[in-house]
Amino acid sequence: MSEAVLSEALPQATAPRDAMAVAQKIVPWALLGLAIVAPWLLSTYDLNLLARFMAMAILALGLVLIWGHGGILSLGHGVFFGLGGYALAMHMKLVDLPQGEIPDFMLWSGREALPWWWEPFASPWFAVAALLIVPALLAGLFCWAVFHRRVGGTYFALISQALALAFATLLISRQDVTGGFNGLTQFSSLFGFGLTRPSVVFGLYWITLALLCLAFLGLKLLLGSRFGVLLRATRDGENRMRFLGYSPTPIKVAAFTLSALLAALAGALFTLHAGVISPAMVGVVPSIEMVIWVAVGGRYSLAGAIVGALLINIARDRVSSAFPELWLYLMGLLFIVVVTLMPRGLAGATTALIEKVRGR
Amino acid sequence: MKMDDSTRDLLLAVDGVTIDYGGFKALDGFSMTLQKGETRVVIGPNGAGKSTLCDTIIGRVRPSAGRVVFRGEDISQLPEQAIVGRGICRKFQAPGILSGLTVEDNVALAARRDRRWWRNLGFGIPAAERETVDRILEMVGLADCRHREAGPLAHGQKQWLEIGMVIATGAELILLDEPTAGMGPAETRRTAELIHSLGDSRTVLVIDHDMSFVEQLNATVTVMHQGKFLAQGDVASIRQNAEVAAVYLGHAA
Amino acid sequence: MDSAALLLPQLFNGLSVASLYLLAAVGLALSFGLMRVINMAHGEMLMLGGYLAWLTLMVVPGGFGIIAALPVAFLGTAAIGALVHMGLIRRLADRPLDTLLATWGLSLILQQAARDLFGPIGVEVRAPDWLSGSFTLAGVVIPSARLLIIVMTILVLGGIAALLDRTRVGLDIRAVNQDRMMASATGINVRAVELIVFCVGSGVAGVAGVLLALLGPVTPNAGQVYIVPAFLVVVMGGLGSLTGTSVAALILGLFTALAQIFVDVSIAQMLMLVLVILFLQVRPQGVVAVRSRALDV
Repeated sequence: MSEAVLSEALPQATAPRDAMAVAQKIVPWALLGLAIVAPWLLSTYDLNLLARFMAMAILALGLVLIWGHGGILSLGHGVFFGLGGYALAMHMKLVDLPQGEIPDFMLWSGREALPWWWEPFASPWFAVAALLIVPALLAGLFCWAVFHRRVGGTYFALISQALALAFATLLISRQDVTGGFNGLTQFSSLFGFGLTRPSVVFGLYWITLALLCLAFLGLKLLLGSRFGVLLRATRDGENRMRFLGYSPTPIKVAAFTLSALLAALAGALFTLHAGVISPAMVGVVPSIEMVIWVAVGGRYSLAGAIVGALLINIARDRVSSAFPELWLYLMGLLFIVVVTLMPRGLAGATTALIEKVRGR
Repeated sequence: MKMDDSTRDLLLAVDGVTIDYGGFKALDGFSMTLQKGETRVVIGPNGAGKSTLCDTIIGRVRPSAGRVVFRGEDISQLPEQAIVGRGICRKFQAPGILSGLTVEDNVALAARRDRRWWRNLGFGIPAAERETVDRILEMVGLADCRHREAGPLAHGQKQWLEIGMVIATGAELILLDEPTAGMGPAETRRTAELIHSLGDSRTVLVIDHDMSFVEQLNATVTVMHQGKFLAQGDVASIRQNAEVAAVYLGHAA
Repeated sequence: MDSAALLLPQLFNGLSVASLYLLAAVGLALSFGLMRVINMAHGEMLMLGGYLAWLTLMVVPGGFGIIAALPVAFLGTAAIGALVHMGLIRRLADRPLDTLLATWGLSLILQQAARDLFGPIGVEVRAPDWLSGSFTLAGVVIPSARLLIIVMTILVLGGIAALLDRTRVGLDIRAVNQDRMMASATGINVRAVELIVFCVGSGVAGVAGVLLALLGPVTPNAGQVYIVPAFLVVVMGGLGSLTGTSVAALILGLFTALAQIFVDVSIAQMLMLVLVILFLQVRPQGVVAVRSRALDV
């Protein structure tokens, strides 16, 4: 009798362990599967939101690279997001125009001709190249200029915030060439595809999903490579690395440039899905909100960053439309609580939970 | 004097170096030379300038006067990583290990020959360096915990890990700043054996207070006092030196 | 030339801007020197100072209500500073970047609370008659309010310098600034010293808020306008040095004011950032370098 009970009980005792192991394998694939079939499950409006948030998740992945693994806190990633977005938006504005005309907001501001630096953006190839190269160059130069003179991480964060402020202010004040406070909006086509056609909407969604997966896998490999070890070692002991013969600055610059590149890609994709890019998405506040996505998801975890970016943005969409004041209190509290009480974010909490179940 | 021999085997010359901390001279016109393959111990009372000497050689502080010549080249103005690249490495007083990495990664990082980031995009330890990493881990007795995180190691193990890292860089000149700090007698003895086992393949500069450790090393001793050279000789002659005794009076020798 | 005629007034204008930068930055710089953390909610201390001035004027109307508002704002924001330090900053010791984020969260909450309490448009603090005028000196029209800002800044700076150089607390502050471990070993209560510096710094920001209220309406995001330049002043000034911070504030204040003769505000702001980054290329340790043996490995 007692033996029978024992043999019955044994598999049950390990059941939570097995379930956890299975869940760990299945859940990511199930989520990916859901994401692939989402266009048939969601309304056009919700699909569009999801696509935007996925674009933002690409940026969040870059923040895991520099903040979690590199120890570099950037409060200015909105700048690189914005440069990517504006570059693509300029192109889309130009292709919509009849020959010889200039965008409407320029006319309203009293301009008569296209500024010279707008002109090459008529070419799709130039626009795509510029949307990646310009932010990467700016990021690399900026990061190098601050770090090669061994200025500390807090200073870097403050200076990057000043960059975000300066960029947003510049966009707003140059209304005649940037669209000012309203930014650039109302696009109809990209590379000859009409943006409202359902097949194009689906296609762009899948492209965004594919780029997100690609960024995830690429960074996963990079962080697992010797470069990942170098980056974490530089984060923990920059001077120790110098006395082992390494130059910390190029390591930081490489990581920062890559993260800016991802931010620019995210900005371009976001602009495509949202149909607008404006200073309100690139300034001081949005830049620091990007950090909270990653803080909530878990700064060391790529998967956490994706979850964090999606969760916060979905919550923001739901809460801020109904109670805009409440959202700001919530954001503030989230910053304080997550940073002080759970610095490893949701990913850390999940890992702790899994270990607890396994250890039982 | 066999001048020719000594200049041919000369590895490092610290030449009249002064380090000025806003009026306080931590090194005051200090000079010394090291021959290839030599093991040298530097002792001196607190504030004699021993650690500052290491700081100067490795490029952490810059002399206001004098030169540091390594293999015929003045290295006193080179960036730290360039000095390490020339073949000098230092163990710090407080263990300078990378606590977030595994023991193995710590040593592998030190053993890397090509330290430029774009040459480090591969995975794991390159085959050519794996042998060095294994040998060093064996040498410092940490082969069993190679996959453990370095942060939670015991103090003595951290000291050995760092000594291992310094050796793994392949540096020709090794600076050991109080390698036995916080170690018991048995651990101290093992550390002395470790340094002995390097033989004359490396040049080693050791700074320590512990006279029993200095005796175990059985090397030439240089005595510093107030940033200046005081005396030099084998352990026995230093023990009998009246000037040295006067300087150390009141200090535990 | 037009720009030549603008030079003297802009110079004076620059001095008053520099004064506000300095008042906003001095608390940040002192606590950064001591604790290596930046309080991102420091800008909201300026805002609170402004609202406290408005409240004081409701209780003490008349020409000298604004004078009464100065100590009220100082003590009020210092008290809030004490709460921030004990509740948040101290808990995040040794995590400077996390402190930035947590205090940013606090700043969001304070701004929204001000919006809910006092309304989104802000409140008007009417300058008393003796401050609303202006007078002419050497052909330059000098608004009285701006002159008061400069005078107050000199007084506050003198007060802090006296506190640091002449008092026992000041000695303790300098000791902790130089070597925290040694200071602690000699029996100095490091936490208490940190708390005092943080409170004084917050209080000074509150005073700056009162002065700012003389120039324009007090809005929930009044602090945001001056806080980013104040951050740049801290970066440029060097670790916890009063002289360095003053010189940096003067450079940046005069630079923006003079730049605005030739370009608009947004370009001036961009140029200021470029100036700071270029400055760091030449002097990464800031205007005043603190020589220290205690480099971390």
